[in-house]
Amino acid sequence: MCLAVPAKVIAIDGAVGRVERAGIEREVSLMLLPEAKVGDYVLVHAGFAMQIVDETDADETDALLAEMHGAPRTVELEGLH
Amino acid sequence: MTKAEERAAAQTLVAAIAEAAAGVKRQLRFMEVCGTHTVSIFRAGIRQLLPDNVELVSGPGCPVCVTPDDYMDKAIAYASHPDVIVTTFGDMLKVPGTRSSLGAAKTEGADIRIVYSPMDSLQIARDNPDKKVVFLAVGFETTAPTAAATVLAAEQAGIGNLYMLSAQKLVPPAMRALLDDPEVQVDGFILPGHVAVVTGVAAFRFLETEYHLPGVVTGFEPLQILRSLARLTRQAAAGEARVENEYGSVVHEDGNPTSRAICERVYEAVDSRWRGLGIIPRSGLAMRAEYADRDIEHVLPLAPGEVPPAKKTACRCGDVLRGVAKPTECPLFGKACTPTHAVGPCMVSVEGVCAAWYKYGREAFQFGQK
Repeated sequence: MCLAVPAKVIAIDGAVGRVERAGIEREVSLMLLPEAKVGDYVLVHAGFAMQIVDETDADETDALLAEMHGAPRTVELEGLH
Repeated sequence: MTKAEERAAAQTLVAAIAEAAAGVKRQLRFMEVCGTHTVSIFRAGIRQLLPDNVELVSGPGCPVCVTPDDYMDKAIAYASHPDVIVTTFGDMLKVPGTRSSLGAAKTEGADIRIVYSPMDSLQIARDNPDKKVVFLAVGFETTAPTAAATVLAAEQAGIGNLYMLSAQKLVPPAMRALLDDPEVQVDGFILPGHVAVVTGVAAFRFLETEYHLPGVVTGFEPLQILRSLARLTRQAAAGEARVENEYGSVVHEDGNPTSRAICERVYEAVDSRWRGLGIIPRSGLAMRAEYADRDIEHVLPLAPGEVPPAKKTACRCGDVLRGVAKPTECPLFGKACTPTHAVGPCMVSVEGVCAAWYKYGREAFQFGQK
């Protein structure tokens, strides 16, 4: 139930943001993350932006989505030892 | 990272876990308390990769599973009112109540609508001014702020016919209840990444200070889970107890204070009943008196006959949620209870332990176990 995906904020109008993810756009509420700015990557859960996340985390999920669509896997994971 | 590189990384981590575990002369049990982790662990086959003395157990991490039958009975009763529209996340539809499910009620004509966001309920309320729109507010710390924000948004927009049937739950009090239960034996926790987005890592520090147990906040990729297990095993082997953050790109020490403030405005912590765990002090959220006019149980109390009396069942979902029984130890598992004909919520929910066990573990589960 706590599934959430990162998406990029492309526009903000008051407490409503527009986010883009893998070519899909949708509106999200910014009520829980008023500090979000255009260009930020945000974690989206149940129609709300929940947290600003590193771009790398968004990239990882992008790669996962690409893999779902048949692309070879190219996830970059740092700090493995 | 290519698939081959990823496999190599996984093997390195598995070797690190085995090396650390070899120094421990007892069984180590680590628990995940998030349904998304449960599914990821089963799908990736992580349990089969671990050394003999490292065991993973699933805790009460699936909101649908820990919600008691009487909540579903209430939801079905409200949905049967002709002037009520129920809005809900899709995963609640198949959950059995005592006699029926929301899905069955919908088939019989009840107005039940699946929403992606609680905010979608606002438009439905606007479009149906003569109906009471009731959102089924079920979930953990991640989801509770979205319901609270929806209540505030309804106030701001002057939408009077939006209500909540609330059964939100808090994860740390349930972890305490498990740790205080002498039947439950846990050596550390894989901590829920998206709950921690809201609560912050800080909410789990009690593990090190009060219980001297390690915990690692992590994401949902198999490699992230393996890294958290390597950290947990190393800590357990060294007798350490630290709460670490393996999901730093997303989770901050203090979480999201705005979410918590909004939640705090609408809800207050109350004692709450969990399936299998009983009533846990201050483990649930109820609407504050100021928002009683948004609480459907206050506005439209159900008549005594509307909710059926509790029924006895052989389903051991409650024991499975505490990690004291495996799904295969339930007399119904795989026989009377399967995903297509589920008796208990642990089999209904895609995040349920029984469903994951049935889907990914049944035949192959002995594989790799020496």
